Amino acid sequence: MKTKAIYFDYAATTPVDPRVAKKMHECLLLDGNFGNPASRSHEFGWKAEEVVEKARLQVADLINADSREIVWTSGATESDNLAIKGAAKFYKDRGNHIITSKIEHKAVLDPCRQLEREGFEVTYLDPDEDGVITLEALKKHVKENTILISLMHINNELGSINDIDKIGDFTREKNIIFHVDAAQSIGKVDIDLSKLNVDLMSFSAHKCYGPKGMGALYVRRKPRVRLEALIHGGGHERGFRSGTLATHQIVGMGEAFSLVKKEMAKDNQKIKELSEFFWDQISGIEEIVLNGNKKNKVANITNVSFSYVEGESLIMALKDVAVSSGSACTSASLEPSYVLRALGRPDELAHSSIRFSFGRFTTKEEVKMVAETTKRVVGQLRELSPLWDMYLDGVDLEKVEWAPH
Amino acid sequence: MAYSRKVIKKFEETLNNPSANNVGRLDPNSDSVGTGMVGAPACGDVMRLQIEVDSENKITDCKFKTYGCGSAIASSQQMIEMLKGKTLDEAKSIKDREIAKLLELPPIKLHCSVLAEDSIKKAIADYESKKA
Repeated sequence: MKTKAIYFDYAATTPVDPRVAKKMHECLLLDGNFGNPASRSHEFGWKAEEVVEKARLQVADLINADSREIVWTSGATESDNLAIKGAAKFYKDRGNHIITSKIEHKAVLDPCRQLEREGFEVTYLDPDEDGVITLEALKKHVKENTILISLMHINNELGSINDIDKIGDFTREKNIIFHVDAAQSIGKVDIDLSKLNVDLMSFSAHKCYGPKGMGALYVRRKPRVRLEALIHGGGHERGFRSGTLATHQIVGMGEAFSLVKKEMAKDNQKIKELSEFFWDQISGIEEIVLNGNKKNKVANITNVSFSYVEGESLIMALKDVAVSSGSACTSASLEPSYVLRALGRPDELAHSSIRFSFGRFTTKEEVKMVAETTKRVVGQLRELSPLWDMYLDGVDLEKVEWAPH
Repeated sequence: MAYSRKVIKKFEETLNNPSANNVGRLDPNSDSVGTGMVGAPACGDVMRLQIEVDSENKITDCKFKTYGCGSAIASSQQMIEMLKGKTLDEAKSIKDREIAKLLELPPIKLHCSVLAEDSIKKAIADYESKKA
């Protein structure tokens, strides 16, 4: 696909790194490593199994886990489903209460809703104004029958970071299973599962230059965490997830994680500099609001609202820049971002949020160009905005009697 | 969200050359001007239409400003093209469906054309209340 558009939506997905694609290619054709990793009776199977297990080590190595704790899945959504439904169903005799937050990804919220329909009770925590779930807020809602807590590590819209270290210590002490959706974490922050008291952790390949349709769930061995499987049919992945392993996808994820391990420091340094440069360029725009706290967020995500400018029109005006309003999973609907609403932002600002996310292939020229375009089109759209007129006239928009439709 | 070519064209024309595309305001206190503002910031769109009417009840000028998505801005522009030179009675008969059809709005964007029709009605009512 040839396009002149600049890609600033790395938090939605990333392109596959060419080095990853090369490894994946090697596992497809007749003269390649195409065998079924479960075939025990010939060399084709053995060779496929070998690369699958190598990839498992690569993934485990990055997060400091035992490779036997890695279960392959089709992506973070499946990992979240397996973790939440699997743990809730396995431990249902201990209790039926689950805690999560209002700003989780739909891949966590929807399984929780499903469990509610099946008789579980779910508490959805409010984040603080920076998009963080604090241990204090969590403690208030833990009950005798709480069996599972599921919280994201890094929020996909804001880039805000939860202190899973502290929360994990608490859940371990209370003997509550702790699941963390870490889809946005790989390559952005260090994860050391030998130190974290996290029981289950979801990962995705395509957020860190691996292929789509590939993920993993970390399932702790000590103390042992058990799950009820969702997919049956052959008992692959120690019974957690049946189905023939997709060798090329798995190899892609392994290579992507191994490249992250090698290049994370360099990538992050560059992205941090670009992000600071970008903010320097745009922060002078009048009535700009940074969503999330600069001191506690990953550098690759910059989420801003421009007051009196509607987000969808801004995205349309930024026609050669690929950004998103809120998350890609919800931007097909006209609802304002549920994440920003949960932060207590007024609907108007929630309608105006834009997420710029940078990655490995972002250049300074691109950042410069996008910053300039943003400045220009925000000015143009305000020229069209009756709300901007009213703001300049000193009208208090809160006091206007609107005619909602 | 894929927009029709017509919506994109109208939106871009308006954005790049607002003064030539009826963006602006008329004096709301003038007796010959009617103002209609509809929508709410919380819903993601606010449309303000102003019409200037002569002694023969003919619309001689229109200006608008719209906070909203590309379809809302394009609907405003489309509405103004339909309004200019019309009498108030003719203007009252403009329907949201006509605007939606001309712009090929998808179902999820039909409220943009509804907003346009509502703003016409409100602007006319405002003008008529000044004359009453």
